[in-house]
Amino acid sequence: MTPTGTFLSFLWLIPLFPLATAALMLFVGKRVPKAGVSLLCVGSVGLSFVCAAGAVSELLAADSEHRVFQQVLFEWLTPGPMQMTGGHLVPFVADWGFLLDPLSCVMVLVVTGVGFLIHVYSVGYMAHEGGYYRFFGYMNLFMFAMLTLVLANNMLLMFVGWEGVGLCSYLLIGFYFLKKSASDAGKKAFIVNRIGDAGFILGILLTAVTLGTIRFMSNGLPESESASGIFQVLKAAKDSGTLGVITPTLTVIALLLFIGAMGKSAQIPLYVWLPDAMEGPTPVSALIHAATMVTAGVYMVVRMNAVYQLAPAAMDVVAVVGAVTAIFAASMAVVQNDIKKVLAYSTISQLGYMFLALGVGAFAAGIFHLMTHAFFKALLFLGAGSVIHSMSGEQDIRKMGGLWGKIPRTAVTFLIATLAIAGIFPFAGFFSKDEILGRAFDRFFLLWIVGFFTAGLTAFYMFRLLFLTFFGYSRADEHVEKHIHESPPAMTVPLIILAALSIIGGWIGWPGALGGENRFERFLEPVLAGVISETGAVRIAHHAVGKEIFLMVLSLSMAGAGIWLAYEFYRSKRIAPQLVAEKWPKVYELLVHKYYVDEIYDALIVNRVKDLGVLLGVLDANVIDGLGVNGAGWLARFSSKVSMWWDKWVIDGLLNFGAKLTQLFSYPVRLLQTGLFSSYALLILVGLVVLLGYYGHHMQTLLRAVR
Amino acid sequence: MDFFAHHILSVVLFTPLVGALILLFVPREQDSVPRLVGNVFGVLGFLVSLPLVHWWHSDWGGFTFEENADWIPSIGARYHLGIDGISLLLVMLTTFLGMIAIFSSWSAIKLRQKEYYILLLLLQVGMIGVFVSLDFFLFYVFWEVMLVPMYFLIGVWGSDRRLYAAIKFFLYTLAGSVVMLLAILALYFYAPAAADGSRTFDVPTLLAAVKDFPDSLRVWLFWGFFFAFAIKVPMFPFHTWLPDAHTEAPTAGSVILAGVLLKMGTYGFIRFSLPLLPTDTVLRARIIHIVIVLSLIGIIYGALVCLMQKDMKRLIAYSSVSHLGFCTLGIFALNPNGLSGSVLQQINHGISTGALFLIVGVLYERRHTRLISEFGGLATPMPNFAAIYLIISLSSLGMPLLNGFIGEFTILQGAFQVSKAWAAWGSLGVVLGAAYLLWLYQRVMFGPVTNPINEKLPDLNAREYATLIPLVILAFWIGIYPKPFFAFIEKPLERIVHQVNPGFYGAEHAKLPPLEMQPAVVETK
Repeated sequence: MTPTGTFLSFLWLIPLFPLATAALMLFVGKRVPKAGVSLLCVGSVGLSFVCAAGAVSELLAADSEHRVFQQVLFEWLTPGPMQMTGGHLVPFVADWGFLLDPLSCVMVLVVTGVGFLIHVYSVGYMAHEGGYYRFFGYMNLFMFAMLTLVLANNMLLMFVGWEGVGLCSYLLIGFYFLKKSASDAGKKAFIVNRIGDAGFILGILLTAVTLGTIRFMSNGLPESESASGIFQVLKAAKDSGTLGVITPTLTVIALLLFIGAMGKSAQIPLYVWLPDAMEGPTPVSALIHAATMVTAGVYMVVRMNAVYQLAPAAMDVVAVVGAVTAIFAASMAVVQNDIKKVLAYSTISQLGYMFLALGVGAFAAGIFHLMTHAFFKALLFLGAGSVIHSMSGEQDIRKMGGLWGKIPRTAVTFLIATLAIAGIFPFAGFFSKDEILGRAFDRFFLLWIVGFFTAGLTAFYMFRLLFLTFFGYSRADEHVEKHIHESPPAMTVPLIILAALSIIGGWIGWPGALGGENRFERFLEPVLAGVISETGAVRIAHHAVGKEIFLMVLSLSMAGAGIWLAYEFYRSKRIAPQLVAEKWPKVYELLVHKYYVDEIYDALIVNRVKDLGVLLGVLDANVIDGLGVNGAGWLARFSSKVSMWWDKWVIDGLLNFGAKLTQLFSYPVRLLQTGLFSSYALLILVGLVVLLGYYGHHMQTLLRAVR
Repeated sequence: MDFFAHHILSVVLFTPLVGALILLFVPREQDSVPRLVGNVFGVLGFLVSLPLVHWWHSDWGGFTFEENADWIPSIGARYHLGIDGISLLLVMLTTFLGMIAIFSSWSAIKLRQKEYYILLLLLQVGMIGVFVSLDFFLFYVFWEVMLVPMYFLIGVWGSDRRLYAAIKFFLYTLAGSVVMLLAILALYFYAPAAADGSRTFDVPTLLAAVKDFPDSLRVWLFWGFFFAFAIKVPMFPFHTWLPDAHTEAPTAGSVILAGVLLKMGTYGFIRFSLPLLPTDTVLRARIIHIVIVLSLIGIIYGALVCLMQKDMKRLIAYSSVSHLGFCTLGIFALNPNGLSGSVLQQINHGISTGALFLIVGVLYERRHTRLISEFGGLATPMPNFAAIYLIISLSSLGMPLLNGFIGEFTILQGAFQVSKAWAAWGSLGVVLGAAYLLWLYQRVMFGPVTNPINEKLPDLNAREYATLIPLVILAFWIGIYPKPFFAFIEKPLERIVHQVNPGFYGAEHAKLPPLEMQPAVVETK
């Protein structure tokens, strides 16, 4: 039975609601009263959530192999025939179309659900901020873009959402645009992401010319026999035995797309923008830089899993980059003193976990962790926001402490989230993290080791944060101290809901080893089937129950060790962190300066590009314009001078010379021209005599002859 | 009505001229009349060009709305007009941007208004003429005619270094067109004469005759035209007139320069240069490589030089070098994707860069400076301006759902099919595009107001909205639903590709059944 239903046929409404309110806010928002802004903007996201839930339930009504719904609204990009690698021509079309399958179900629910809660929270958090309507306009625009991203039925439309969320991220990071650091951070985020996007675009193009289509799949399309998707083309290639020919290309595609994912999901080496992005308002950090946008790279890789499964080399790269990012970012989180920065590095680290999962072929585990992370990390950020709110804007954990009893709801929910991210049973993070570690262990021991240690670090830095913020003596300034208050219900209710999700959210993936059936993985199974079933990306791990439980105990004790260490450092104070820092000053410096990565990038790339710009600008003015154009001008003037000289001295000179010569010769003759009749008469006489004298003998002969 | 239908191109072409002639009879003392007449004819010029779109049929691949009359019989020059989908889009762009540019001068121009509007209208005639001429002689006349008004617009109404810029612009372009004139004459004389010994300047006839030319001659002809067009586009390293001309010209002049004038070069490439490419594959590949490398250098070089500019207009001028590099890249990919992307990107560039110049014009009218360092924090006093400026910047840097993305992606797609390296270098330009445009935006709009004069700057007024909003709407339209725009150029470009790159379709016919009956692997509409 194919899925049908009212909500499904109005699937396009899900991204449209927030778009409509975003447009309204950005055009006339200034004239809408605050209550209206809240109602419209939060309401539209709520409506999206309702529609999404409706559509998902309608999809679930179908049996598991038929759970695909696809809807093409119109043909978007139609630039004519395209030549594939082999020389075939195909009409290239990018649809404006939406796809709902189990994978996008998870994403659309997470995005609209967590998004809705964060919107509600923002009503409280942003209540006293200027530009209220602008904030919500951007947030709703973000929801539109993110929903387009997760619902897109082809790579290019996904890219539309991809760039859209990047834009909103830029706008929201730079929301406090009066602060230079904020607008710098926004710009940095955008440009670093653009580097990734260039990889994404090239990946899309390579997919298009290799496979002839950029649609993910053709399931659920009315003409599904002829209209093909990436999955169907790969399947056909496998059936015709030509898969081997395109495998190297598929690896390149996978790597190019992963460059895009590195940018969006803040992986090494493109992670540098995310810590800076904390300049944005805290709800933005929760929504965009923790729960949804930064996971887009993970989603994209899973969406393209058919390609990745055929490119094992690329998978290895993904796994290694993920693992290295996980531990690298966790190590930086250990020494951060800004509450939001700790969480930012933690996010990078957790995203690394997700990529580690994808790289070892545990796509479902990656998405599972994406979901649980969305719950507890959104909660952590919102909790941090609540702390900052109560501390009158203070973000430095060295100036906090002792908040436990003063803001109890925030504190308890924060504790729950911390337990979840530390991977303590039975909180949500435990299930997803152990799923990943178990799969990593099966794939490659070293990857597991890295993930294992990261788990310890995570527990350590999170509990460090917890102890420093909520326990011990208050280190706050006096005037701050006086104003500490619990946040309004608009903020705490979302915290409580997210806390509940952080506890129970992982239970749908209760593993087989503990007597569950991992429903989550079952649900995603059809999407992750792959072209060759043997690749086993979706094969439910069948490793021995004993080993699985052993691994769980190991990672739990690792987390426990991290917590214990944090306790000794920051609660019981039996070990002084200062002493440790003084013992290894170089290591401490390195961590505090975040491995100097920003400085290295500035020195090696940013400043060099700027220098190149200056150099080329000088070149342009002095060589191309100077030598070339002015040179040509000079040459023209020079040859004009030469011609002038030639004209004056040679051509004119010769003429003048002739004239002078004539003048010279005429001089004696001119002496004769006296104008006196008597001298003319004399001349005539003299002439006559000379003539007669000269011709005298001729005359005689003449006369003689006449005679 | 019948006359109108049969001579629609002449009507479109000469409507601005009528306006200019009427203006001649307006007494100088009448201050407000010239701009009224200028605007009326700007709008009229756009209105009379609308039927072209209405009457157009997307199946048409060849020239339509043709008019063909004797002009100078002794040399075979004819008054031959006609357009295909490509020139149609460019004509529409010209009349549309012309209207907006004229309107944008409403309060900016106070000096010699009468002459100003006469020259703007004459400029329109020259530009439309270039796009609709199907006779080389006529084409050349319009090509040169357009220089004169632009020269005066820069030289009289420009800013500080206007004379330098005007003369540079004039000489630069003239140098190129002289070579083109030689090439046109060579075409004229090398093409076989008719049975009665008469010769012709007719474009379709001459370009058809090129088929029988030896490759050596075609190479020479190609380079002859190339210099004229490359200077006009402008391609690296013939671009240095552009920053000066753009910077010094009055706002309307910059809008027209960037929006339309540069497209005469790319149009020339598509219409005249492509058929001249030699048939020998090695020779051809060498030429294409040279042009592509120059395009790629232009893309990256232009973007990098943008990073160091201190003058807003100069920055935008260099960004044109970068964007036009994309256009030539697409053209010389010689496939439908590259070419259609290129044509669309030409339109897009007209919209986005035209709007960017209007934006600088808004600031210039308020502050009489274009220096980036004079501004900062303008988002506070001018929020609506900030919004529109942001949209336009995003359109220029290729944000999806705005026009620039459609063009850039399609061009990269076309380039990618020929060489993956070309596309990779091109995509570097996309990254840099974001860098310089956002940095500019940050320096001008964000932060606190650093300069006290800027604190009280008024936001956009109704007239400025009226000039900018249509461009914003078009930018969204092309970004969200570009299909109708592609429909105009699909068939003409198919013809061109058939003519200049027969291998593109040939390979297909040799290997596969016709397009409709392809195996399931292939995507169908």
